[in-house]
Amino acid sequence: MSKMTRSLLAASALMLGLSAPAFAKTFVYCSEASPEGFDPAPYTAGTTFDASAHPVFNRLVEFKKGTTEIEPGLATSWDVSDDGLTYTFHLRPDVKWQSVDGYAPTRTMNADDVIFSFDRQGNPDNPWHDYLPGITYEYYSAMEMADLIKSIEKVDDMTVKITLTRPEAPFLANLAMPFMSIVSKEYADTLAEDGKQAQFNQVPVGTGPFQFVAYQQDAVIRYKKNADYWGTAPKIDDLVFAITPEASVRLQRLQANECQLMPYPSPADLDAIKADSNLKLDQQPGLNVAYLAYNTTIAPFDKPEVRKALNMAINKQAIIDAVFQGAGEVAKNPIPPTMWSYNDSIQDDPYDPEKAKQMLADAGVSNLDMEIWAMPVQRPYMPNARRTAELMQSDLEKVGVKASIVSYEWGEYLKRSTDPARKGAVIMGWTGDNGDPDNFMGVLLSCAATGDGGSNRAQWCNEDFSELLTKAKATTDQAERAKLYEQAQVIFKEQAPWDTLAHSTQYVPMRANVEGFQMSPLGDFTFETVDLK
Amino acid sequence: MIRFFFNKLLYLIPTLIGITIVAFGFVRVLPGDPVTLLAGERGITPERHAELAAQLGFDRPVWAQYLDFLWRLLHGDFGNSIVTKQPVLSEFLQLFPATVELSLCAIILATLIGVPVGVLAAVKRGSWFDQISMTTALVGFSMPIFWWGLLLIIFFSGTLGWTPVSGRMSLMFYFDTPTGFMLIDSLLSGQDGAFTSALSHLILPSVVLGTIPLAVIARQTRSAMLEVMGEDYVRTARAKGMSRRRVVMVHALRNAMVPVVTTIGLQIGLLMAGAILTETIFSWPGVGKWMIDSISRRDYPVVQSGLLLIAGIVMIVNLIVDLTYGLINPRIRHK
Repeated sequence: MSKMTRSLLAASALMLGLSAPAFAKTFVYCSEASPEGFDPAPYTAGTTFDASAHPVFNRLVEFKKGTTEIEPGLATSWDVSDDGLTYTFHLRPDVKWQSVDGYAPTRTMNADDVIFSFDRQGNPDNPWHDYLPGITYEYYSAMEMADLIKSIEKVDDMTVKITLTRPEAPFLANLAMPFMSIVSKEYADTLAEDGKQAQFNQVPVGTGPFQFVAYQQDAVIRYKKNADYWGTAPKIDDLVFAITPEASVRLQRLQANECQLMPYPSPADLDAIKADSNLKLDQQPGLNVAYLAYNTTIAPFDKPEVRKALNMAINKQAIIDAVFQGAGEVAKNPIPPTMWSYNDSIQDDPYDPEKAKQMLADAGVSNLDMEIWAMPVQRPYMPNARRTAELMQSDLEKVGVKASIVSYEWGEYLKRSTDPARKGAVIMGWTGDNGDPDNFMGVLLSCAATGDGGSNRAQWCNEDFSELLTKAKATTDQAERAKLYEQAQVIFKEQAPWDTLAHSTQYVPMRANVEGFQMSPLGDFTFETVDLK
Repeated sequence: MIRFFFNKLLYLIPTLIGITIVAFGFVRVLPGDPVTLLAGERGITPERHAELAAQLGFDRPVWAQYLDFLWRLLHGDFGNSIVTKQPVLSEFLQLFPATVELSLCAIILATLIGVPVGVLAAVKRGSWFDQISMTTALVGFSMPIFWWGLLLIIFFSGTLGWTPVSGRMSLMFYFDTPTGFMLIDSLLSGQDGAFTSALSHLILPSVVLGTIPLAVIARQTRSAMLEVMGEDYVRTARAKGMSRRRVVMVHALRNAMVPVVTTIGLQIGLLMAGAILTETIFSWPGVGKWMIDSISRRDYPVVQSGLLLIAGIVMIVNLIVDLTYGLINPRIRHK
């Protein structure tokens, strides 16, 4: 090689090195469904939050990665008044908003944004309350935020004071939920001026680790790294959601390296995934519970001993083995074992058909004819309700109880199962929203949740139990709260309004070169810590 | 011919009104409602349910809702999705090209293979080719789309690695899609390899979607050819010493094509049904998958307007088929 060629080559290599930045790292996630929109407030689906709240936005406080503990987010610190009614949040200074085509922010995040984010959901007079046709804020209303928040005041640009109507311990955890994401008031104002309000739901602008680039409906969502992110910068440059509804096709894409991580593998594929050396599989117990809710207001299910007898007649381990294919564990409490205040000293009703038979006879129940309702859809906490119901049916037959299986279309099932006059025991379940025990016991078992449309499908109203919950909710000391919830679980087990069936295991398959992915107990998929090796 | 055209067009109006009734009624007779599904496992109090229903306009009598729907349609307003809050028409326009592109490829594939196979099977009636191809067609006709699609993905994408698994385009490419047709947009983008990528993504879904029409077209072509070849004029042509090839290609085929063209036209309408499953398997962002999602969410405005738009387009396609039919076979016009 001549000297000249060599120096030319060296020069061009240098030029290439200077002009082309390091090869952009693209991470593709095979998501399972299309997001409903990109404004996190009006929606309830996890898929939507994975595409909006988590990559694009932040909240005042955040769940610490991989846990349900609260850590500072857009608020660096907060003070709670002694009566537990006033929360003062100190905002993080110099947090930059993202810019998108046609919009560049002129200021950083401040108290106005926080107030706007909450006020638009709770205040019908806010011009942004109805900015889309038929828009509703389901989470804001389900978590009773409108009743709970008395006022939100701006103390100064960097301080916000929220006053509550009653002390409420889970309030902080609520603030970390996706629907409480902080959105930009300046962006909203600009869009309103241009008459382009709908864009607020199509092109999100947030403070989060990734910035929205484009969405092709039902096909692809593209994000790029937020170069100005206040937190730890993401390690990947581009994040792509490839929307792939079929679980087996998702796996094929993952195996073909068309994507690097996928949610919700079908249980039947787990062995194949474990056998594939190009893939690895993360797993953790899900923050969920599947249960069979009796209607405790209808005879003979109004007697705890009858409910307990039925619980003892059902072989739960067999359900875990056959229906969950091992991807779960038998539940004894209404909250999962990963949640604080889980009472591990509780003894589950053992599987004992002989004793069950005896107990039923003692209670004067003979020739019992009952319905078991099986939900028609697959859920993260219940892979196949029909099959579960069939197993229960055969178990119950052994103790002389005749069970018939009933199913309705999903919407109808949801509606009919909350009817206080409902006959039959209902298979249902729940996945936690914010890691607070009240989000399970309060929502599903309190007296307030009984009645038509409430989610207490056992229609079980136990004064002692409910009182413990109310007390716990008004206490801010977590250790004290934990004690109260532990007591509540004792009452729950004695009274047995449900047969607690299972806590399912979550699996996340990914390429072997994926590093830094952290599963969330809340079932979220977030990618700011992900890297490709 | 013009009168024929207007007569056909006139028939469209009552049919379209009929479709509005069916489309409107269809989702409403299904159990479950959007409001309950919106709240999910969380449950919803009767008061909150009523409040939401009122907000969405479902508290009024069904006939009033229907008239309102018609009135808006007359003003070109197809309504907004309950879930995404987007105008139904803009979602449709965004997704429709993908379905058209896939359907066209499927029908072209089915015609290009189905017609020659049918002709050959007819000409060589009773031969091993005839028997094998017609048995295969029968199997193809009864192929469950979902299973067939997955099988092809697992074999060609998984085991052999020849074709991409799903989607319309490699995610490496990123460009504007002004026409919505990936084959065209990829060429316009000027990016190296984009067109090949779009084409390779089309292969498996086209094969899956084209399988049933292919089987139908092949069988229809065969029986039409057999019928025509038994006609007097064909025998006359043969008797006059015309070559077999010329008799088949010119005399028989042209006349046999009349029912075949109708079949192809009707298949285009039926493709919509197949597209629903095919699009779901291949993550193909078209109107088929959109309809399925919307039905399961009881997204009333999307289902009623979406079905109407799809039906309207299928009807226009059928109208064009009728007209082509008239062109090929002049006798039809005078009936």
